[in-house]
Amino acid sequence: MADLTLENIKAESKNLNFYYGGFQALKSISLPVADKKVTALIGPSGCGKSTFLRCFNRMHDLYPGNRYEGSITLKPDNVNILAREVDPIEVRMRISMVFQKPNPFPKSIYENVAYGLRVRGIKNRALLDEKVEEALTGAALWNEVKDRLDQLAFNLSGGQQQRLCIARALATEPEILLFDEPTSALDPIATASIEELIAQIKNRVSILIVTHNMQQAARVSDYTAYMYLGEVIEFDVTDSIFIKPKKKQTEDYITGRFG
Amino acid sequence: MQHPASFAKPATHSVAQIRAIIRKHKRWDLVFAGLGILALIIGVVTLAGLFIDLVATGWGRLTPEFFTSFSSRRATSAGIAAAMVGTLLVILVTVMAAVPLGVGAGVYLEEYAPKNWLTGIIEINISNLAGVPSVVYGLLGLGLFVYAWNLDHSVVAAGLTLALLILPIVIVATREAIRTIPGHIREGAYALGATKWQLVAHHILPYSSAGILTGIIIGVARAIGETAPLITVGAAVAIFTLPSSPFRSDFPFLSLEWLKEPFTVMPIQMFQWTSRPDQAFQINAAAAGVVLIVMTLALNGLAIYIRYRLRKNIKW
Repeated sequence: MADLTLENIKAESKNLNFYYGGFQALKSISLPVADKKVTALIGPSGCGKSTFLRCFNRMHDLYPGNRYEGSITLKPDNVNILAREVDPIEVRMRISMVFQKPNPFPKSIYENVAYGLRVRGIKNRALLDEKVEEALTGAALWNEVKDRLDQLAFNLSGGQQQRLCIARALATEPEILLFDEPTSALDPIATASIEELIAQIKNRVSILIVTHNMQQAARVSDYTAYMYLGEVIEFDVTDSIFIKPKKKQTEDYITGRFG
Repeated sequence: MQHPASFAKPATHSVAQIRAIIRKHKRWDLVFAGLGILALIIGVVTLAGLFIDLVATGWGRLTPEFFTSFSSRRATSAGIAAAMVGTLLVILVTVMAAVPLGVGAGVYLEEYAPKNWLTGIIEINISNLAGVPSVVYGLLGLGLFVYAWNLDHSVVAAGLTLALLILPIVIVATREAIRTIPGHIREGAYALGATKWQLVAHHILPYSSAGILTGIIIGVARAIGETAPLITVGAAVAIFTLPSSPFRSDFPFLSLEWLKEPFTVMPIQMFQWTSRPDQAFQINAAAAGVVLIVMTLALNGLAIYIRYRLRKNIKW
């Protein structure tokens, strides 16, 4: 497992265990996240892929009774982002996240994108304007919204809202972007536009994506990890996983015989 | 009933039978709609009747002089100037005290407090406080504000007593408003690196403001009509002057003298007039009742309007 050697690693989990109270949801996960590539996490419901993803921005710290063991080392400074002395807010400022359901704030399109910068105390209007345009352009949304930046984000369609959330996450230039089933609430056309967007931004940011949709994993990712019952069963180059998986379990899952 | 032999299981009802069943079930719709309308009519007609009766009795006394006159031995020259101003000042103190305390406590309990047995006990107690009879708050106000804090039978003592009374309402409304904010909005803000305070200031308070404001206005509407606790705190029997102005011409331009002056409020003025033997004072009481009801309705109308305006932009 995970014996693949990557040239450029952005982050690496080592022997990561995670507990929801007494329940162990992740079992000794060791997995690299390739730099400026897309890594997909697949597996049946409840396999721990979202739980693993949410370790990367310490989302679990928001709820009582959760506990991490092991490490996730972020390069190049080799900081263990799970360490107790590392402030989760610092981790979230370096690693952004896009959620399953588009979750724009009930604010204007502009304020949504600018929020991550506002949190950092940036007040300079010219700088904010520039960053907002850059992020919206990066999320392929600028042309659709440039004339109505002061309108409420809720007036956008579901797919536009999700691209807005991607722009919001991109605006602060994160090192890693986490996607938690970003298209499961969207129609096929909006899904295609999000996948296209992921292909466009991956040369700027390392991406870790959880998906239920195996075709999506095959289309968008460079590396894929198959997880089952809190463990990584197989990790490899995406083509290998889908064309000639080494493990029987992986093959059963991707061919639809299981899960 | 005949069934085609090819059906493995015979259908249990024919179309005609199904229609009969639907007709029978729909009769209950009609029965319930009728009962509902009856209940509504009883409620609305009773209230409307009371209000119309009050207006009919008090209408003649609702002259401009009625609003500008003070207490008097003659019913026709008595008015509600002191009571109206008194109500406004007391409620002002109530709002100034109850809003920061109530909203602060509500935000703390929802966003900051750890969920343990102690906060559990506090939560149960706050809900219980909303059910404590108001006269008990009056006794508390008398013991704490009037005697222990030496505030005397004053506007500030009365306002603080009513603030205690509506504090649970404000806390509960704040918490419920905060709870309607979905978890994914909260996580969205945290995921961008927001601190707890940034979450509260940028998201929680703005998105829950409609609900909080509604709670405040419901609390104020309740406080405006309260009589018992203020009699306990010691409302003045008769007041012949307006309190001193909260504004002054020299620095710092604001005066707090009015806080320490004696008070009366609308429901107490009504109560005093109804207990007079002279029939003419009953008309005064009815007229004051009309004013009080209009004040309360206006507040509720304002609450509905503000809620509509603030919620227009928020859809979850």
